[in-house]
Amino acid sequence: MSSVDSLVHNFRAQAEAVSTILEVMADPVKALEYAVQLCEGKEPCQLLASGSSAELSNKTEELATQKLPKIIAAPALPKTLQKILKHLCESRGITFITQGLRDHLFGIDLGITHADWGIAETGTIIMDSSNEDVRLATMISDVHVAMLPIHRIRKSFFDLETELRVTMEDTPNYTAFITGASRTADIERVLTLGVHGPLELHIILLKGSCGKKP
Amino acid sequence: MSLKQYKAGIRRAMGNPFLREAMQNFTAAYRTGRESAFHGLDVDEMVAQIAAIKDAANLQLDGLYQDFKKNAEAAGIKVHLAETALEANEIITHIGRINKVRKIVKSKTMTGEEILLNHHLGAQGFEVTETDLGEWIIQLRREGPSHMVMPAIHLSRHHIAHLFSDVTGAKQHHDIAALVKVARRELRLRYMEADMGITGANFALAATGTLGLITNEGNARLVTTLPRVHIALVGLEKLLPSLSEALTINRMLPRNATGQAITSYVTWITGANIQGSEPSSRKTTHVVFLDNGRRALARDPLFSQVLRCVRCGACANVCPVFRVVGGHQYGYIYVGAIGLVLTYFFHGREKARHLVKNCINCEACRVVCAAGIDLPLLIKAVHARIQDEEGHPLKNILIAGVMGRRKWFHATLRGAGRVQGPLTGGSPYLRHLPLILTREHNFRTLPAMAPRPFRDRWKVLKPHVENPSYRVALFAGCLHDFVYPEQLQAAVTLLADFKVDVDFPMAQSCCGLPLETLGETKAARDVARQNVMALNPECYDVILALCASCAAHLKNRVPRILEGVTPWARRAQGLAERVMPLSAFLYDVLQMNSADLKPGKVKTTYHAPCHLCRGLGIKEAPRLLIQRAGFKFVRAEEEETCCGFGGTYSTQFPQVSSQILSQKLDDIKKTGAQFLVTECPGCILQLRGGILHRGDAVEVLHLAELLDRLKK
Repeated sequence: MSSVDSLVHNFRAQAEAVSTILEVMADPVKALEYAVQLCEGKEPCQLLASGSSAELSNKTEELATQKLPKIIAAPALPKTLQKILKHLCESRGITFITQGLRDHLFGIDLGITHADWGIAETGTIIMDSSNEDVRLATMISDVHVAMLPIHRIRKSFFDLETELRVTMEDTPNYTAFITGASRTADIERVLTLGVHGPLELHIILLKGSCGKKP
Repeated sequence: MSLKQYKAGIRRAMGNPFLREAMQNFTAAYRTGRESAFHGLDVDEMVAQIAAIKDAANLQLDGLYQDFKKNAEAAGIKVHLAETALEANEIITHIGRINKVRKIVKSKTMTGEEILLNHHLGAQGFEVTETDLGEWIIQLRREGPSHMVMPAIHLSRHHIAHLFSDVTGAKQHHDIAALVKVARRELRLRYMEADMGITGANFALAATGTLGLITNEGNARLVTTLPRVHIALVGLEKLLPSLSEALTINRMLPRNATGQAITSYVTWITGANIQGSEPSSRKTTHVVFLDNGRRALARDPLFSQVLRCVRCGACANVCPVFRVVGGHQYGYIYVGAIGLVLTYFFHGREKARHLVKNCINCEACRVVCAAGIDLPLLIKAVHARIQDEEGHPLKNILIAGVMGRRKWFHATLRGAGRVQGPLTGGSPYLRHLPLILTREHNFRTLPAMAPRPFRDRWKVLKPHVENPSYRVALFAGCLHDFVYPEQLQAAVTLLADFKVDVDFPMAQSCCGLPLETLGETKAARDVARQNVMALNPECYDVILALCASCAAHLKNRVPRILEGVTPWARRAQGLAERVMPLSAFLYDVLQMNSADLKPGKVKTTYHAPCHLCRGLGIKEAPRLLIQRAGFKFVRAEEEETCCGFGGTYSTQFPQVSSQILSQKLDDIKKTGAQFLVTECPGCILQLRGGILHRGDAVEVLHLAELLDRLKK
C-alpha cells in the first residue's frame, strides 16, 4: 500500500469506528449531488418538525408550528460550487443559503463545508471556523457534510503543529477538531448521537485539488 | 458532619439498587474500553511525559500567566486573575453587570463547581442554564455531579423522563433517544436567548493566548458562539507553554476518561472572535484565572503533584469504594481519589475529614492516573495532617502506643489468644464477635488467634539445612505470626527442600502499614526503625515476606520513612533491595518448575493482593507458579480487584468492605474453582471469612500452603 493509501485506510477505519460516513470522490460536484440527495432523503429538521414524536414546552412549541422547507447551508464554498448547489437545491424546493445562519438557529437540515486537514490517527477533520457562518454550519445542522482533499490528510496532530500554530497566531481564530457526530452517554451510559451538534457527519474525500476559496 | 452521619449517608447510597447496577456495569465496561483505547500505545511513557510537562509548567505558573495575558490581550481578550473563589465570582458577576447580562448558558466546568459559581450567580439574579446534558439534568434536580465526566450516572432513564416531564409540562417517555432530543430542542432555545456564555478550559496555551476546550456534545461550541459575551473560568494549573504540550495531554485524557481515542470536539479559541456577520464586530471575551490555593500548592514539596491532574476522572472509575458508594459520598465537589485530596485544599478540613478515612489503599487510582500522581500517598498524608491539626483519636493513640512497643504489642496479642475461648468455643474461628465489633461487622467469619504464635514455635520448627544455596530472613508480619502461623510453617518446610536456610530474627515487629493508615506517623517511624535494626540486610540474600502488604511497605515506604535517619537510612535501603514476596522468590530466584512438584490437577483461581500486583508490580509469577504446579488455572475477571479488607478499613467501614467482598466472591464463584490462592493473610482473612459466612464451596489457601501440599 502506498503511504497515501495507508493514511486514507487508517483515516477511514478510525472515522467509521465513530460512525462517520466516508465517501471518496474525484469531482466536487458529485459531493454536492450527494449532499442534496442526503437532504432529500432525511426527515425535515428535527427541531422544527411539526408532528414530531416528542412533546415540547409551550414556548418551543410556538416556534415549531409552521411547516417549513428544508434548508441547506454552504458558507465559504467557492462561488462556482455555490452556484451549482443553488441550482440543485432550487430544483428540489430546498432553500439554499450561504450566510446569515444566525437567522436559522432553530433548523438547518444540512451544512456543507470544506475541511482544512484530516488526521488519520483518530479520523478527525480540522477546520478553521473563525468565520461564524462556517462555524454555525458545523454546529446547528442536522447533518454536516465536509469535503476534505485527500492530500491534506496527515498521520497525527503532531505533524501539523507548525501549521496550527501559525493559524492560531493569525488572530482572532477559532479552530475546531471534529471527530464524528455530537454524542453523549450521560443517560445510563447509552450512546446517543446528536445532542448539541450534528446527528451525522459525512466526510467526502476529494481526489485532486478542489479549488478552495482563498 | 460526624462520622456517624457520613456513614449514614453511605448506607443510604448503598441502598440504591440502580446506582449499584450502574456502577457495576460501568466498571466492567470501562476496564475493556480503556484497554482497547490504549492498545498499541506505551501508557507508561505517555504518563511520564505528562507528569514531566505538568511539573515543569506548574513550576513557572507566574511566567506562563504573564505570557498568556500578553498574547491574549493583544488579540482582544481581557484577562483577570482571581486570588480566591469569592473574587472569581465577583469578577464574573461584574462582567455580567456591565454587559447588561440577564441569561447565561454554561458548559461543564469543574472549576465553576469548585467556586459554587451557579449558586453565586443565581443569588445575584442571573438566570443560569447548564448545557452539558448530564449537568443540566442535575441542575434541574438541584444536585451536585456524582462523577467528573458522567455527572448523572446515578440516575436512570425513568428519573430523567420524570424530570423532563416536569420541565416541559408534557409527559415524556423514558426512551433515551427521545429524551436526548428533548434536551436538544429545549437547550437550543436557551442558547439563542443567552446574553453570556461561561465555559472552563482544559488547556490555556501561553505562547498564543489560546484556550483549548474538549467536549463530546458540542455544547461548549454553541456556548462560545451564540451569546455576545464569553467568559472562560480557568484554574491556573491549566496553563501550558504551547500547543505541543496540550496535544500530548489530549492524546491521553479522553482514552483514560472514557476509553475514546479523542472527543468529538476539541476547540481552540484565540482572541476575541468575530461576532455575527459583521467582520469588525467582536465578541466580548474574558478569561478569569483562578488561584484559590494553587500557587501555594505549586510550591509544596509533597502536594505539588496534585496540580498535574488533568481531570480525566479515571481515579474514580477504578476505585472499589467509589464503585460501592457513588460520587456523592466520595467527595465534596471534586469526587474520587483526587477529590479526597483537593477537598482538603480547596474546601477545607471540615469537608475532607471523613472522606480521607474512606480510602482502602488499594492503589488502583495510582496506577491508572494519567499524570502518575501518587494518590494513596497523598490521601494518607492529608489524613495524617488533619489528625495532627485536630488531635488524634484516643483509639489511635492507644494503638500507636502499644504497637510502638514490641514487647507490649506481642504481650497484648498473646493475651488475646488466651482469653478468646468464650468467643471461639475452641474452634479456629470466632463464633461470637467481641464487643468492640457490632452487627455491621458480622459479614465474615473471623479467625481465632493461633494457640501458639509462630515466634514461639520457631526454635522447634527451624529446619537444619546443610550447605544452603540461599540465606533468607523471614519477615512474619502480625497476621502470620499470631493468626496464621501454619502458612509460615508451610513456606519454611517448602524452602528447606530447596536448600534455603531460613532465619527468623525475633526482634521484628509489625511492619508499620496499619500505623501509617491510621495517620500515626511517629509510631510508623518507630516500628520501621525497630524492623531495620532487627533485620541486618548484609546477613541475607533475601528478606522474605509472605504478606504482600508487609513486603510492599518494607520495600516502598520504609526507606522513605527513614530517609535522613542515620544510621538506619542506608540499612533501610539495603533491606528494601532484598525484600521479596514468596512468589517472586520461587519463580525468579529458585526458578521452581513442574519437575519439583507433584501435579495439582484441581481447578484453581487466583486473587491478586493489591500490594502485590500494584504495590510491587508482581502479576505473572503467582499465576505461572500455579500453572507449573499442574493446577487447572482459571482466571477470574476481577482478579486484581481489591478484596475489601484494607486492614483497618474493614473495621472502620464494614458496610463498604462487605459489599466489595460480596462482589469479589460472586466473581470467584463464576470461575467454578475449588481452590482460591493468594499471597496476603489480610486477603485470606477477608476471603475465607466471607466464604465461610456465605457457605461457598471454595478453599482459600496461601501460595505457600498450596505448593507445600505438592512437595515430592
